[in-house]
Amino acid sequence: MSLSSPVKLFAINVVLLFSTVIVAGCAKNSGGSSDIIYDPNEDRNRKVHAFNVNLDKKFVRPLATEYSSTLPDVIEDSISNFASNLGQPSILVNSVLQVDLQGASLSATRFVTNTILGVGGLFNTAEKLGLKEHDTDFGETLYKWGAEEGEYVELPLLGPATVRSTTGIIVDLFTNPLSYAMNSPETYYGTLASTSAGLSARGRYTSTIDSILYESADSYAQARLIYLQNRRFLLGDESSALSADDPYSDPYEDPYAQ
Amino acid sequence: MLNNITRRTFIALASSLLAIAATPSWALTQGEARKLVDSLVAKINSVIGSGKSEAAMIKEFQGIFRRYADVPIMAQYALGVDGRSASASQKRAFITAFEIYISRKYGKRFREFVGGKIEVKSSRKINAGYEVKTKASLRGSAPFEVTFLVSSRSGKDLFFNMFIEGVNLLLTERAEIGALLDRNGGNFDKMIADLKKAD
Repeated sequence: MSLSSPVKLFAINVVLLFSTVIVAGCAKNSGGSSDIIYDPNEDRNRKVHAFNVNLDKKFVRPLATEYSSTLPDVIEDSISNFASNLGQPSILVNSVLQVDLQGASLSATRFVTNTILGVGGLFNTAEKLGLKEHDTDFGETLYKWGAEEGEYVELPLLGPATVRSTTGIIVDLFTNPLSYAMNSPETYYGTLASTSAGLSARGRYTSTIDSILYESADSYAQARLIYLQNRRFLLGDESSALSADDPYSDPYEDPYAQ
Repeated sequence: MLNNITRRTFIALASSLLAIAATPSWALTQGEARKLVDSLVAKINSVIGSGKSEAAMIKEFQGIFRRYADVPIMAQYALGVDGRSASASQKRAFITAFEIYISRKYGKRFREFVGGKIEVKSSRKINAGYEVKTKASLRGSAPFEVTFLVSSRSGKDLFFNMFIEGVNLLLTERAEIGALLDRNGGNFDKMIADLKKAD
């Protein structure tokens, strides 16, 4: 493979990405992001949710528990570090797209530090050196560019999302610069590591995830509400996040709580 | 007659005492709000560092909730509009069940903080009182934000809501209690019984 070809592929994808953005930006939805929940396809989403819960019960949860309890913490952490390091170039690209230069330099420094001093990303040396962690994705880039959150969707396997964050996931999948810089077998290491990191997280937060999926009266509604609140919080979306000043979240002003 | 006067005097005295008692508590200051959360956080840290069993820890968290949270107002908010059709005794039974339910549920979340630490970061004034932000640092994961909303409107300085990474406890529990009531066909007593069984 010549060197110019991955670069060309990357460029093509960046162009494609812009057309996706335009489509996302034009996507009209009647419920703006100030609505707490906009879920017009609830019936379809509930079917996907039932599928996901079933999948978790039969495969993901047992596998994750096994994975977490079999592997020593050090190895588990190394695999998660490796996966997270491979994600840094994508974070860098998104930071640049958001004109977040501080974030861009944080992810660049982290990538270089962990790749070189952290033996190819197996160790999180950057954190030990006190470097702040920066995380972002194309969904956040879309938010910064003013795209609407869109309707709520539950994706098979991946779980709760919005139309905006789903667009982000797809774009991120095709624009991680690393996947163009690496040849065939190496790219699978990344996928494998991310899958393992996912299992690791499922194992570590077993009790929290179990409490949502298996112990709540309506696990679909709980997962939806928790995801939307958390996602808006992480984006810093004050307009739709329920702030402490919101009378709706002040029980002393709530007529039904008196 | 004498009896009557005494009663009247007593009521007058009692209400003025009540007024005196209520006055300072309304004026919750930022310092007092932080002090409450500082002490709450110290308690949580000592429990998660104690190395006790899960059951023992959850019992301790229950005590913490009882001491630091305005459980009745939280329970009534969670019940929301559905609470209007409940009788007084059903409401009382619900508040008791709710206290045990949230202590267990959120006690378990705090239990995952084992080996970690919570520290108070900042505070600001809000409508009902103060918002106090804390940072929870856990082994092997990025630190996250736990926010407490503190008010003295109950007559005591207590927290009445908690946000974990933006997830509002009251709002989330209002949805959950609503779903629990729906599942029981709107039957209050059955919902309370279910709540007692829930984790």
